[in-house]
Amino acid sequence: MSAPGLDNIEVDLLIQALQRRHGYDFSQYAPASLKRRVQQLTEQLDCKTISGLIERVMHEPELLPNILEGLTVPASDMFRDPTMFRGLREQVFPLLASYPQINIWQAGCAHGQEVYSLVILLEEAGLYERTQIFATDLSDRALQQAQDGIYPAREAQQWSRNYQASGGTRSLADYYSARYNLLKVDQHLRRNVTFAKHNLVSDSVFCEAHLILCRNVMIYFSNPLQNRVLSLFRDSLVRGGFLCLGLRESLEYASSAGEFTPFAEQLRIYRLAIHQERKLA
Amino acid sequence: MNVPAAIAIGCSAGGVDALKAVIGGLQATLRQTVVVCCHSSSDTVGLLCEVLGRTSKLPVIEAAERHQAQPGVVQLAPTGYHLLVENDHHFSLSIDSRVNHSRPSIDVLFMSAADVWRSALIGVVLTGGNNDGAAGLRRIRQLGGLAIVQSPHGAVAATMPQAALDLAGADHCVPLDDIAPLINRLCMA
Ligand SMILES: C[S@@+](CC[C@H](N)C(=O)[O-])C[C@H]1O[C@@H](n2cnc3c(N)ncnc32)[C@H](O)[C@@H]1O
Repeated sequence: MSAPGLDNIEVDLLIQALQRRHGYDFSQYAPASLKRRVQQLTEQLDCKTISGLIERVMHEPELLPNILEGLTVPASDMFRDPTMFRGLREQVFPLLASYPQINIWQAGCAHGQEVYSLVILLEEAGLYERTQIFATDLSDRALQQAQDGIYPAREAQQWSRNYQASGGTRSLADYYSARYNLLKVDQHLRRNVTFAKHNLVSDSVFCEAHLILCRNVMIYFSNPLQNRVLSLFRDSLVRGGFLCLGLRESLEYASSAGEFTPFAEQLRIYRLAIHQERKLA
Repeated sequence: MNVPAAIAIGCSAGGVDALKAVIGGLQATLRQTVVVCCHSSSDTVGLLCEVLGRTSKLPVIEAAERHQAQPGVVQLAPTGYHLLVENDHHFSLSIDSRVNHSRPSIDVLFMSAADVWRSALIGVVLTGGNNDGAAGLRRIRQLGGLAIVQSPHGAVAATMPQAALDLAGADHCVPLDDIAPLINRLCMA
C-alpha cells in the first residue's frame, strides 16, 4: 500500500488539474465523499493511481463529461421523500396559485426524476399550464438523460409507491410508457421545462423564481460553498418565495440562511423573509 | 495501537438486538466517539436511537451533516444516506448509489473513519446478512486500527461477521456479550 496521506495529495493535485485545465472548481466540495468518487473514477477508467487519472484529465479533454459525471454521481428518484412532495402539494401550491405565472428553478436536477415528479404534481393541481420550470445541472451528461426521461423499469414499483404516498391522484403508469426493461416519461410533460447547464460554484443568478428546489446537492458542499449557494438562491427568489432542501440538510452553519424562515421545517421547506416594504403579490 | 479515539460499528440483519447488547454495555465514562451504521428497512433511524437510548448510558442520536462527531456520544447514520467523517471530525452525508446494496453502507463509514482516526480507531462488525463492512474493516486494519468481529457461530446472521473475518481478519473474534466489556477495557487510558 502507498504511503499514508499520498492519496490526499493526489486528490488535491487532481482538483488543481480540473480547475486549471478545464475551469471546474471542486476545491469546496466535502472532501471525504469527493475522495471516494475520485477513487471510483480511477478504477472505472482503469487508471492505476489517481496520478494516472490526472494525466488523462490533462491530455484527454474528450473525457471531461465522463469525469464530471463520475465526480457528481447524479443519483435520484421520483418522489423521493413522499412527505415532502405531499407538503408541496398541500401547503405550497395553494400559495403559488395566486401568481399568474409561476417560475420554478430546480438546481442539481440529476437525471430529471424530480423534475418529472414536480411536473406531475403541478399538472394534477391544475397549475402546470402557467408554470415554467428551469432544471439545471453541472453535468451535460445528466442533462441529456434528464431530457430523454428514460429510466430502468425496475424502479417503477418503488416510484409508484412514492407517488401514491405523496398524494398522487392517478396512477403513475399514466405518465410513462414501458418497453422492454425501460420506462419512458411522456414527452408531453416536458413542454414547460427548460434544461440548462448551470454551475452552482461559479455561475450567478439564473432567473426570478417563486420556488427553488435544490435537494441533496449542497450535502456535497463545504460550509462556505453552501453559504454562497444560499445567497444565490436568496437573490433569485421573489420575496416570500419558497426553497426546498433535502430532508437531512443542516442550515446551522450558513450565515445567509438567516433570511430564510422555516415554512415546514420537518420537510425542509423554507420561505424567503417577506420584508415590510414588499409584500407577496 | 494508540489509545482509541473512536469506535465504528456496523451491522444489519439481527442488528437491533446486537446493538442493544453492545451499546447498552458501554460504560458511562467512555470518552470515545461512537459511530454506527445499521442497515434497516424503516424510514428513519430515529426510532432505533430511541430504543437504544433506553438502555444506553451514553446519549444516542442520529448523526447530522456538518455537525461535529462528539466524544462520549453514540451517533447513528441516517436512513437512506451514506455517513462519512471528515478530517476535522464533522459529519457529511451522501446519497451516492448503494454500496453492497446498502445505503448507508458500513464500508463507506468505515473507510472514511479509518482515514480520519487511523490507528486510533476500533472497527466492530456484528451480525448481518451480507458482506458490507468487510472491505472497510480491512482498511481500518491496514491503517493500524483494531478490529473486533462478533463470532459468526452465535450471530443471528453469520454472513457479515464471516465475510469480515475472511477478508480482514480480526484482532478479537468474540461472542456478542463479550464485546462491550472488551471495548470498555480497550478504551481505558
Ligand atoms: C445527488 S443528485 C440530487 C438529485 C435530486 N435533487 C435528488 O435529491 O434526488 C446531485 C446533483 O447535483 C449536481 N451538482 C453537483 N455539483 C453541482 C454544481 N456545482 N452545480 C450544479 N449542479 C451540481 C450533480 O451533477 C447531481 O446531478
